[in-house]
Amino acid sequence: MTLTYEDVLGRYEPVFGLETHVELGTESKMFCGCSTRFGAEPNTQTCPVCLGLPGAMPAVNARAVEDTIKIGLALNCSIAPWCRFARKNYFYPDMPKNFQTSQYDEPLCVDGYLDVDVDGQNYRVGIERVHMEEDTGKNTHVGGATGRIHGAEYSLVDYNRAGIPLIEIVTRPVPGTGARAPEVARAYVTALRDILRTLGVSDVRMEQGSLRCDVNTSLSPVGSGAWGTRTETKNVNSLRSVERAVRSEMLRQAELLDAGERVRQETRHFSEVSGDTRPGRSKEEATDYRYFPEPDLVPVAPDPAWVEQIRAALPELPAARRARLRESLGVSAEDMVQMSNAGVVDLVGETVEAGAPVDEARNWWLGYLTQKANEREVDAADLGVAPGDVARLVALVADGTLSVALARQAVDAVLETGHDVDAVVAERGLRKVSDTSALERAADEAIAADPDAADKVRGGKAAAVGALVGAVMKATRGQADAAAVKQILLDKLGGGV
Amino acid sequence: MTELTALTAAGTAASIAAGDVSAVEVAQAHLDRIEAVDGRVHAFLHIDAEGALRAARDVDARRAAGQALGPLAGVPLAMKDVVVTQGLPTTAGSKILEGWLPPYDATISARVKAAGLVMLGKTNMDEFAMGSSTENSAYGPTHNPWDLSKIPGGSGGGSAAALAAYEAPLAIGTDTGGSIRQPAAVTGTVGAKPTYGGVSRYGLIALASSLDQAGPCARTVLDAALLHEVIGGHDPCDSTSIAQPVPPVVAAARRGANGDLKGVRVGVVRELAGGGDAAAYGGGGGYQAGVLASFDAAVHTLRELGAEVVEVGCPHFEYALAAYYLILPSECSSNLARFDSVRYGMRVGDDGTRSLEEVMSLTREAGFGPEVKRRIIIGTYALSSGYYDAYYGQAQKVRTLIARDFAAAFERADVLVSPTSPFVAFGIGERIEDPMAMYVNDLCTLPASLAGTPAISVPCGLSDGLPVGLQVMAPALADDRCYRVAAAFEAATEQFRPPAGVLA
Ligand SMILES: [Zn+2]
Repeated sequence: MTLTYEDVLGRYEPVFGLETHVELGTESKMFCGCSTRFGAEPNTQTCPVCLGLPGAMPAVNARAVEDTIKIGLALNCSIAPWCRFARKNYFYPDMPKNFQTSQYDEPLCVDGYLDVDVDGQNYRVGIERVHMEEDTGKNTHVGGATGRIHGAEYSLVDYNRAGIPLIEIVTRPVPGTGARAPEVARAYVTALRDILRTLGVSDVRMEQGSLRCDVNTSLSPVGSGAWGTRTETKNVNSLRSVERAVRSEMLRQAELLDAGERVRQETRHFSEVSGDTRPGRSKEEATDYRYFPEPDLVPVAPDPAWVEQIRAALPELPAARRARLRESLGVSAEDMVQMSNAGVVDLVGETVEAGAPVDEARNWWLGYLTQKANEREVDAADLGVAPGDVARLVALVADGTLSVALARQAVDAVLETGHDVDAVVAERGLRKVSDTSALERAADEAIAADPDAADKVRGGKAAAVGALVGAVMKATRGQADAAAVKQILLDKLGGGV
Repeated sequence: MTELTALTAAGTAASIAAGDVSAVEVAQAHLDRIEAVDGRVHAFLHIDAEGALRAARDVDARRAAGQALGPLAGVPLAMKDVVVTQGLPTTAGSKILEGWLPPYDATISARVKAAGLVMLGKTNMDEFAMGSSTENSAYGPTHNPWDLSKIPGGSGGGSAAALAAYEAPLAIGTDTGGSIRQPAAVTGTVGAKPTYGGVSRYGLIALASSLDQAGPCARTVLDAALLHEVIGGHDPCDSTSIAQPVPPVVAAARRGANGDLKGVRVGVVRELAGGGDAAAYGGGGGYQAGVLASFDAAVHTLRELGAEVVEVGCPHFEYALAAYYLILPSECSSNLARFDSVRYGMRVGDDGTRSLEEVMSLTREAGFGPEVKRRIIIGTYALSSGYYDAYYGQAQKVRTLIARDFAAAFERADVLVSPTSPFVAFGIGERIEDPMAMYVNDLCTLPASLAGTPAISVPCGLSDGLPVGLQVMAPALADDRCYRVAAAFEAATEQFRPPAGVLA
C-alpha cells in the first residue's frame, strides 16, 4: 500500500520540532584553549582538559557565552540572569570524561521565536531554549562491513573535535502547518542559518557538520486534538533533507496508523540516498543520563548591562534587511515571494547594492543562476557566484562589452575556475563582436555556404534564419550579438518584417 | 634521625637562606630518613630521589647566584598521590592508574616547584581518597608512626605519617570530608582545610568536586601557614577558585604564637562535643572518653589564653553525615567515569574478541577496589532519574541548612571548636569490614566540608598514648582566624607534638 501525500493530509495533522546543533566559530574550544581549526592531523589539537585527563578542569570560554547570547537575542529569547552547566553522564569512547558538559534545566536563553515565511504566509516557530555544550570526538571504525562499531576490527578516536563549542537550539513543537510542514521546517532551518551567518558566530556549513539537525515528527488524526507519538530523526544534514525527512516520516507514520499500528517513540536515521528514515536506537532502551549541576564550573551570570551592549551591537538581521530591501527595491509582494522561495532575496539586494538595476539583478538570480544552482543541487547562495560578479556582468552587458549569451558563458567560467568575472572575461577573450563590417562579411559567408536556408528565408520562412544565425555565431566564436546578426541576415535576405 | 629532619620548615628555610646548610644536605637527610623508616611506615608510594636532589641543587645554585629565594625554598615536601605531577607516577592509590605518567602538573605542583620546595615523592592514600584509614589504598596500608599497628587516618594517611615519622617537614593533603584534618589529629600533626576555592583544584584527581580542597600539612601551625600561602590564591584554570588574595595566614600564625587570645570568642559546638549522634552509629562509634577529656582540657586552655568561650548549637549538623554520603558518591560516580581504559591507565581483557563495553567493565572490575565500587554504585543510584530530588537534591538542601547553622554560630563566636575525630587511631583491620563505623570518623569534620568553610586540626593531647586533635573552624575566607587560634593553642601545648624519637 502506498499513500499519497494528499491522503496523509486528509486524515492526519503533522506536528514537527527541530533540535539544531551549531558549532560556534570561536578560535578556541568551549572549556580549554585548544584550537578549533577544522582538518588538522588527528589528536593534535588536544590538552589535558579536552582529553579528560585525571585532575583537569574546564574553564568557560567567554566568547562562546557572548556568541550564544547573540543567538538568543536574535531569536527573541530572554537571557537568563543566572544559569549553570550540567553533566550528562554516559559511556562512549568519543567522550573523554564519559560525561558531556552541557546545559540541562538551566539554559542560557529561553522562550524566543523565529518568524518564517513560506509562499507569503508567516509561520511563527517557538524557540524553547538555546543552550551551550561541548562537542564530542570523532570515531572511525575500521574493518567490518558497515563502518559502524559493531563488526569493526578496531576503532580510532580523534579528539580534535572534542570540546568544540556547540550550541543547541530547540524549537517548541510546531502545529498547524498542515501540508506545508516539510517546507516550514526547511524554511525555519534556512532562516536560522541566515541569522547565524549574519551574526558571524558560525560558518554554518551543513556539509561539514557545523550545523546539524534532528527533526521530530508526529501525526495525529485530524480533529483529535491530541498529539501523536513522535520520532526523532537524526543525521539530517542539508536543507533539502530537512524537508524530505519530515515528508517521509509523515508518510511512514500515516501508513502505520492506517494499518492500526502504533508509532514507536524512537530515534531514526535519515538516509540521503533513499530519502527515508531507518530505525536507530529505541527510546525505551535509552540511557539514564543522570544529569546534575557541573560542580567544576561556577554559574554563568551575564551582567544585564553587558547583554544590552550585545543587543545594541547586533547586526541588521535578515528579516529586517529583507523588509528594508523590499521597501528600497520597490519589488512587488509576488516577486518577493518568488525571490524568497528561491532563496535569493539577499543576493538580489546585495547585487543591487553593488550597482545593478533591480530588474536585471532579479532576472539573473531567478533565471540563469537559479537554474545553475538547481543543476548542482546547491542553494543559490552557495553556488559560488557573488553578487558583485553579477553586478559586474550586468554592467558589461549594459555597456555592450558582452551579449547576454556571453555573460552566461562568463558565469559558467566563473563556476569552473572560481575566478572573478573580469578575470574570466580576459582569460577567455569574451567580447561581443560589434564591428558591423565583420558581421556582414560573416553573414555573406553563411548565406553562400547554405543557399537552401537563404532561399527559404527569401521565400518568407523567417524561422529558417536560425540556421544562418547559428553559422555566424559559430564563425564569431559566440562573440556576436545574436539579435544583431539576425537583423543583418534578414536585411540581406529581404525576409524580415 | 638527624638534626636536619627534626627542624621545622621555617627553621629549615632559614638555615638554608643563611647558608648554614645546603638544600641538598637537607634533601639527602630526608631521603636517608625515608630509606631508614619507610619500610615500616609505608608513607610513600613513590620516592623521587633524583628529582628531589635536582630541585635542591637548583635552590643551592640560585642562592649561590645571589637570587632571592622564597620563604620555603629548599624545604622538602611530600605530595599526596592524588595531586598530578608531570612525569611522576600519580595513582591516587588505585590500581587503575598504575603506570600512568601525567603529561602535566597540577597548579599546586607547579606552585610548590616554583617556590623552590623539594618534592620527595608521592604519599599513600585511600584509593581515590575514599576512606579514613588509608587501608583502602590498593598498595597496602600506611602505619601510624606512634604505633605501627594503628591506622594513620585517611584518606591522607601517607602525608600525615610522613610528617609524624619526620620523613618530611611539609606535605600536601586534600580534604573532601576530613582527609587532611583527621589524619593530622590521629598522627599528632597539623592539617588545614582552606576555604573552598582558596587553593586551586586544577590537577587534583577529583573525588567530589564540590567538596574537594587541597591544603597544607605540617608539624607546626606556622609551617602550615607558610605552605598555605605558597599554594593558595586564584587560578584561572579552576573557575571555582576564589578571585581574592589569600587570607594573611602567616601573619595570623605569628600573631597567635604570642599566646594572647583576649577578645576572641570561641564557640564550642554542642553537637560536635560528644552530644551528637555519634553514639547512634554502630561499631562502638561514640566519642571516646579520652578524646572528650582532651577536648575539655583544650577548651580550658583556650579560656586561660584569654578567649571568651560560649556554647553554640548547630542543629542541622546531625544530618551532615547522611548528606555527605549522598553528595560524595553522586559526584564521584561521575568523576570516576573517565577511568575506562580507553586513553590511559589499566586495560583488562582487550584480546580482540571482546566488545568495548566488556573491556571497560572488566577494567573497572579489576581496577577499582571495593569501597570505590560501593560509592560509584550508591552515587549512580542517587543520581538516577526519579531519585535525584530525593537524594542529591535533598542533600544539597541540607548543605544550605548547615551553612545557615554556621552563619548563626559565627554571629556569636569568631571561631568554633570541636574534637577533630571522635576517636584516636584504631587498629589496622579493626573497622575495615564495617563501612558505617568507618564513616563516623568524619563526623566532626564534615560540617565544614559541606559548608565550604575553613578548619584546622592541631594536636591537643593524648589518649591511651595516642594523639587527639582539636579542630578550629572559621567563616569562609577567614582562614587566618583558624591559624591564629591554633597557633596560640600550640604555643601553650608544645608537648603534644610527635616526639622526634617516636620511631627512632
Ligand atoms: Zn584542549
